Amino acid sequence: MPAFPSPPVFSGFGLGLRREHYQDFLSGRVAVDFVEVISENFMVAGGQPRHILRQVRERHPVVLHGVSMSIGSADGLRPDYLRRLRALADEIEPLFVSDHLSWSRIDGFNSHDLLPLPYTEEALDLVCTNIDVAQDTLGRTMLFENPSSYLHFPGGMSEWEFMAEMCRRTGCGLLLDVNNVFVSAVNHGFDAFDFLDGIPAGAVRQIHLAGHSQGKDLLVDTHDTPVSDAVWMLYAEAVARCGPVATMVERDAAIPPLAELLAELDIARRLARTREAA
Amino acid sequence: MNLADLQRDFRLWLVQGSEPAAGRIPGAHAAGLAVYQNNYRAQLVGCLEASYPLLRARMGEDAFLQLAVRHINSHPPHAWTLDAYADHLETTLEILYPDNPDLHELAWIELALGTAFVAADAEPLAAIALATVDWDTARLALAPGLLTRAALTNAAEVWRAMSAGTDAPEAAMLEEAGGLLVWRSGFTSCLRATDALEVELLEALRRHGSFAALCELLAGRLGEEDGIARAGALLANWIGAGLVTGVEDGA
Repeated sequence: MPAFPSPPVFSGFGLGLRREHYQDFLSGRVAVDFVEVISENFMVAGGQPRHILRQVRERHPVVLHGVSMSIGSADGLRPDYLRRLRALADEIEPLFVSDHLSWSRIDGFNSHDLLPLPYTEEALDLVCTNIDVAQDTLGRTMLFENPSSYLHFPGGMSEWEFMAEMCRRTGCGLLLDVNNVFVSAVNHGFDAFDFLDGIPAGAVRQIHLAGHSQGKDLLVDTHDTPVSDAVWMLYAEAVARCGPVATMVERDAAIPPLAELLAELDIARRLARTREAA
Repeated sequence: MNLADLQRDFRLWLVQGSEPAAGRIPGAHAAGLAVYQNNYRAQLVGCLEASYPLLRARMGEDAFLQLAVRHINSHPPHAWTLDAYADHLETTLEILYPDNPDLHELAWIELALGTAFVAADAEPLAAIALATVDWDTARLALAPGLLTRAALTNAAEVWRAMSAGTDAPEAAMLEEAGGLLVWRSGFTSCLRATDALEVELLEALRRHGSFAALCELLAGRLGEEDGIARAGALLANWIGAGLVTGVEDGA
């Protein structure tokens, strides 16, 4: 049973805070409605990173987006990680706290990658138990993001059925990564529209947009290129289903000047306006 | 296959490239496994490259990559933060390059500067706060980010030249053993080469905090007058550098 209020609906447009753009954001003149940071980069004892985050927080709402919770670990979550994240969240008072529907760690080994889960009843029970622990420790409802994947385990339910049941049982929200839907759909041969139709649209609080690359055999979620036309089309469909939710463009490598990312964000704004008006 | 077994087989694939383990993962295919294997190794290599840019430049691209691969094969990551993966590279460096203390020390400098950069915040002590201190019982607190080590080579000089983009000197042994200090002043990580005695004193001070004990140690080494004078000079220097962050009456 959900123990905390649902995350707020926030309909702005944002960017990830990356080192290359620190000065732009500290100047306070970046036309975004929110800023997303990688939580782990700021879960440090002190120094300049925390100082910069405090300054950015004075100017913008901040989303804490994690990559290391490992919500699908069969041996549970790390209490020390959760305590540090709680301390950061209490200080920053983020718009959302999010992580990925994946696993990274087992028996003390940490892969530092977002590894795929089988969408089985066993995994669902475990993920929901771990989400309950995380939300109880953090004292707030989280969002979980669909990852890109390069392996699909046979049997079980679909990714969207799994996410729908996960939301129903735990009350968590969704961070819908439209690029990840596209990448996984191409890699595994499912219809991306089935995914959009299958997730609970009312649980989506944030949308990620990013670029991908063609690998040797598979599409790879590289975050180093502009958003593709196919992903923009899928975004328009997502907005039509989910309504106006927080949307951001992610770029983690080959980071261009801020103006280029703001131009991509303008495309998202225009598409969202068009679909909302339709 | 249950989830824990699947995750353990995935770990064996990533860490050891175990084909039998990969074969047990339901639905696994070579293309997908290769993406995950590549992501895993690329992340770790990227972390080491970002943490040791000058060591990499000093060693050369191929030698550094060989070091990184050897380290990744022998030290799977455990911490929740990727940044921590850089912490133990010196162990592998010592195995591959046992006769290059210059490289060990350069690696230590880069790691220490990165560690100090995100160390806990602590306001440096103002000299005026010492006006009423009873030195017989005073306990000094040092900056949380202070790191020390013994030095045998001119690695600090090499680091300084490479950081400035100027020609770095050849590696050389010091005439007598020295030491290295790294700490954070404001938001800037600082490096200073020093003598072995200052390292010993700071390490002792961090253990017990007693300035009186430090004076006693110096008096024993240098004689009463010179020892007390050196203690006063060192304290003034430490306060000026932001290394002292608190003083308490330990009585």
